Amino acid sequence: MQPAVLVEDLEKRFPGSAAPALADLAARIPAGRITGLVGPDGAGKTTLMRLIAGLLHPSRGRIRVLGHDTVAEPDAVHALIGYMPQRFGLYEELSVLENLRLYAELRGLARGARKATFERLLAFTGLASFTSRRAGALSGGMKQKLGLACALLETPNVLLLDEPSVGVDPLSRRELWSMVEELRSAGTTILWSTAYLDEAERCDEVLLLNEGRLLFAGPPGALKDMMRGRTIMVRDPRANRRALLRRALEVPGVIDGVVQGRAIRLVLGKGVPPPEPHLLGASAAAEIRPDTPRFEDAFIDRLGGGPGGHSPLAAAMPAITHGSETVVTVEGLTKRFGTFTAADGVSFSIRRGEIFGLLGPNGAGKSTLFRMMCGLLTPTAGRARVAGLDLATAGGRARARIGYMAQKFSLYGSLSVRQNLEFFSGAYNLRGRHRRRTIRAMIDIFHLAPHLDMEAGLLPLGFKQRLALACAVMHQPDVLFLDEPTSGVDPLTRREFWTHINGLVEKGVTVVVTTHFMDEAEYCDRLALIYRGRLIAEGTPDALKLAARSEDRPDPTLEDAFIALIRAEDANGERAVA
Amino acid sequence: MTARPNRARRLTALIVKESLQVIRDPSSILVAFLLPLMLIFLFGYGLSLDNDRIEIGLVVEDMTPETLGLAQSFFATRFLDVRAFARDRRTLEDDLVAGRIRGLVVIPATFAERFMSGREARVEVVADGSDPNTASFIQNYARGVVRAWLADRDAARGGHAALPVSAEPRVWFNAALKSRNMLLPGSIAVIMTLVGTLLTALVVAREWERGTMEALMATPVSMGELLLGKLVPYFFLGLGAMGMCVILALTVFDVTFRGSLAALLLVSAVFLFPALGQGLLISAVAKNQFIASHLALLSGFLPSFVLSGLVFEIDSMPTPIRLLTYIVQARYFVSSLKTTFLAGDIWALILPDLGAMMLIGAVFFFLALRSTRKRLD
Amino acid sequence: MWHRIRALVIKEFLAVLRDKRSRLVLVGPPLFQLLIFALAATLDVKNVAIAILDKDGGPAAIELALRVAGAPAFSHIEMVHSEAELGEAIDRQDAIAAIHIDRQFSRDVLAGRPATVQVILDGRRSNAAQIVLGYIQTILSDYSDDLAARRGIPRPAVTIARNWFNPNLIYSWFTVPGLVAILTMLIGFMVTALSVARERELGTFDQLLVSPLSPFEILVGKMVPATVIGIAEGSFMLVMAITVFAIPLTGDVLLLYFALFVFVLSVVGLGLFVSSLAMTQQQAILGGFVVLSPAVLLSGFATPVENMPSWLQTLTMANPLRHMIVISRGVFLKDMPFEAMLPSLWPMAVIGAVTLLAAGLLFRARLE
Repeated sequence: MQPAVLVEDLEKRFPGSAAPALADLAARIPAGRITGLVGPDGAGKTTLMRLIAGLLHPSRGRIRVLGHDTVAEPDAVHALIGYMPQRFGLYEELSVLENLRLYAELRGLARGARKATFERLLAFTGLASFTSRRAGALSGGMKQKLGLACALLETPNVLLLDEPSVGVDPLSRRELWSMVEELRSAGTTILWSTAYLDEAERCDEVLLLNEGRLLFAGPPGALKDMMRGRTIMVRDPRANRRALLRRALEVPGVIDGVVQGRAIRLVLGKGVPPPEPHLLGASAAAEIRPDTPRFEDAFIDRLGGGPGGHSPLAAAMPAITHGSETVVTVEGLTKRFGTFTAADGVSFSIRRGEIFGLLGPNGAGKSTLFRMMCGLLTPTAGRARVAGLDLATAGGRARARIGYMAQKFSLYGSLSVRQNLEFFSGAYNLRGRHRRRTIRAMIDIFHLAPHLDMEAGLLPLGFKQRLALACAVMHQPDVLFLDEPTSGVDPLTRREFWTHINGLVEKGVTVVVTTHFMDEAEYCDRLALIYRGRLIAEGTPDALKLAARSEDRPDPTLEDAFIALIRAEDANGERAVA
Repeated sequence: MTARPNRARRLTALIVKESLQVIRDPSSILVAFLLPLMLIFLFGYGLSLDNDRIEIGLVVEDMTPETLGLAQSFFATRFLDVRAFARDRRTLEDDLVAGRIRGLVVIPATFAERFMSGREARVEVVADGSDPNTASFIQNYARGVVRAWLADRDAARGGHAALPVSAEPRVWFNAALKSRNMLLPGSIAVIMTLVGTLLTALVVAREWERGTMEALMATPVSMGELLLGKLVPYFFLGLGAMGMCVILALTVFDVTFRGSLAALLLVSAVFLFPALGQGLLISAVAKNQFIASHLALLSGFLPSFVLSGLVFEIDSMPTPIRLLTYIVQARYFVSSLKTTFLAGDIWALILPDLGAMMLIGAVFFFLALRSTRKRLD
Repeated sequence: MWHRIRALVIKEFLAVLRDKRSRLVLVGPPLFQLLIFALAATLDVKNVAIAILDKDGGPAAIELALRVAGAPAFSHIEMVHSEAELGEAIDRQDAIAAIHIDRQFSRDVLAGRPATVQVILDGRRSNAAQIVLGYIQTILSDYSDDLAARRGIPRPAVTIARNWFNPNLIYSWFTVPGLVAILTMLIGFMVTALSVARERELGTFDQLLVSPLSPFEILVGKMVPATVIGIAEGSFMLVMAITVFAIPLTGDVLLLYFALFVFVLSVVGLGLFVSSLAMTQQQAILGGFVVLSPAVLLSGFATPVENMPSWLQTLTMANPLRHMIVISRGVFLKDMPFEAMLPSLWPMAVIGAVTLLAAGLLFRARLE
């Protein structure tokens, strides 16, 4: 069968950068299937998408879309494809219906077919009741669905979706997947790019990119199969799971590991038999059982295994023993913007040395809550106390005890790495020899030495993330606030990041984190699920999973639990209205 | 076979989209309506070259019928406003330094004696040269006052005029010589540059920044359609801003209008051609709003104010700058505007202006089309 | 506290000066504007053409025409032959003024009778036309005096024109000191107006607010670099004014710097105020436009403040640029003493204090 997209001997270089963005790339994207374009940020996914859409010209080689060359016949290509760029390409000032109308006219959708097509797409995306709302006022998930609807007018033969699931909550993501699967059954070819490796497993075919090169092409199962028998779950009721993971990762033969609720999950080297509990440093009561392999395991295996379990950062930190047991207390925290209630009477408390996760769909109010806790927003009612103090009114001394890592990379991009370190150390009251020594330590711990004079904005994402963490912990804070700390970051950097966090927590640092990543949520000691401004569930990851267990889903994932809890809340709400 | 109707549909859709964006985006409204409104009021009230109440000091060192009579003439003239009066000039010199008065008329102690003895009697006029324009006016006015005083004296005594040769001024087009009559029509050029160049450059840059340009490019739309879809709404918006300014100029500020509306509409429409072309060219070069706004201000807004002959005389500029003004489209527009408002439809002047604007516009469009490709690299 | 501010100040400097684009914006456009404005912004009248319709043809008319032709301000004299041609020359702007010499002219002059010529002026260029009229009247009165002298009649009373501070009325002496103030304001304002807005857009402002830095420290940290950059820009303009444009600096440089410092503080306050209101850079740019264009138009730079309606003159008290232009021209040309400066200094100080206070209060409030 003819492939929908044929990529031959492709290379793409951008002026001013030495390394090619894409090199030696040859691929066939089969028609009528979902192909995942998978890889960490900076792997070249967007460049490849744009090349296929004819918006960039290759430096070498060529691309054919259904037989049409993207350079010679761009108009023919544009007539066949639907393309949703990363930021959806919506006009924020236009309403849902006006956006649809615009793209319908631009794509030459037959007038007669318009009404029916709109109805179908609006029903398909669940936007039917929001047709007159401006695109700018839609939530992230809704914007993405509208973007998809705009790309689907005049049903394209090839649909290109560039990172449609970035910043989107699990519920919306799941809905999006079912839409795409429906399109596949209608014969559309779909190319879906993503940095989430777990999404790769749902694709029919996968192109795995790393640093501009193709690591793997084929069905995801084939890659996973190579990992069969090499993944184990270790559950030790007597041991601290973070300490257990740290020890296990130092054991020869263990190439990767993550915290999975109460248990830890390990990946073993090729031909390594499952180790005995005592070899891992676990107690005799530990239970070890095999686990199904994941796509991510294979990816990390390909890259030669994950980082070890030792955190030099934590080693350099003094243990925190002072202060009370309860570090954060939130009482009846409420925030209203006009008539809209973003947070509604939320209460919880966090103990010292705990990782506390805030989960929730887009627009549910977890950012508002998070910002109130940091003192960036003033609550309408209730109060948030960190280490006994209200950060909004407390002086600089109190704020010096917290560390903060914002959602986007929010260091000074035009300053060099060293200048960023110098600024943040100065802003956090470090001085003299202590300051110089701390900066030197951070450079060593995070291997920043080769990049010291580079502009921070030009760093590879992984290094940006390390620098951000360095700047947030230089002053040895008691409490660390992390707002979606690893979104878009490759799995290896994410492992390294959590190794540091785990190490810090063992030293007594308290961590508050918001996240959309379920595997990140697994690291938390306790989770709070926020929905429509209210706290609808709170507990350990395992407790939440347990609550979502049902006949047809005996072993739910955290994502299943998340969705089930929200559906239950919706049902509750409807009953209350009825 | 369906290319033509599709093209028309795409164009209409783009125009509708752009118009909706203008209406709903507060910053477009700000640039297209509020800024012009602010500017026209600033030009109307703030800018004035009518030096008709210049504040001066008067020093009369000796009291005689002649000196008092002359002093009275200085008090009486409507062009000068005697703010300080003294017998010793030193008391007023500080006021001149501090800028409280703009000039000093000194009738010296020797004046009466010399005047009566038929020797040349001198009135000293000290103007604050730090503002040369006002200084020239003070000198002219003071000379006029002395001359008029002499004439009145001679007439009263039945003698003949002290000045055998005199000028009888006739001001065409603007009899009262009100500077507002020339500044306000000209300011329309500045305001339309704002809408045509600055706003156009900003909105295209915004499409790049927000990533919507990428989505449009992946559709069958051609670059020409995309540019045209931007031009049409901003063309009418520019004319709308022009209309608003004209109405305000005529109603609130009572500016004379001798030409025809048709001619005014024609020159305004033709001016938008280079103005929009420049905006598109800027946006093709600068793909973010920061750079686009800087370029639009430097290459569009400032020249329309400084190099167009609106306030400053082009003839008086040094040659290199004068040559530069020939490629500033606002220069031709200001000249046509002033003429249609104050003099009427003088086609001998308007037609060459129209030709020059078309030529500049054609160059801008050629460059804009050449530098805009339907690609991201 | 001071070492935190120091860290912030260093960071602000680096943020402005490391970026090639913003370095360019600091030097390129101001220089370009200084050159263009200093040369182009003139109300002088030079190189204009005058039309003469001589219906008389007698010796007196020819003498008058020659005297007009000899005036340095007129580049060229166009002799026209009919009223229609004269009308056309004015209509097409071929000439800014026309002198219409009647048939009687020479006869009247020779007979010692009062003689008049008509001077037709183009009202579309009202300011230039009035100055041209002044030139023509001077020529006529010189001519009259000469005629009287030939007949032995003494000149009864004349004005002796003296122009202090700028004896030759060189126009750039007027514009350049004003430009020094305008361009300093432009840079000082844009550096600050964009700074907070950019940090908000990039998310780094949150990072500052959760750090131990207090709003007051952030304010000082943003003020110091902008003030230094503004004063550096002013110094650069000052040097250009003295060297390239040869403007005499008669007053005390220290006094000028003191005034410049107060002025820059008020500008920085205004910039930070706009910046703390703006949520995005685009809003800051537009806000800058809304502040800067009235500030320049109502500053007395192009046309005198005295010509404005009195309510508007009162309003211009809130414009720091208006005050600084008075001081700049005063110190450059008039050797202005401190007492004369005071009425312009205190309004700037008040503007600075009010805007800085408001900006500090708004830093936090605008997060909601």
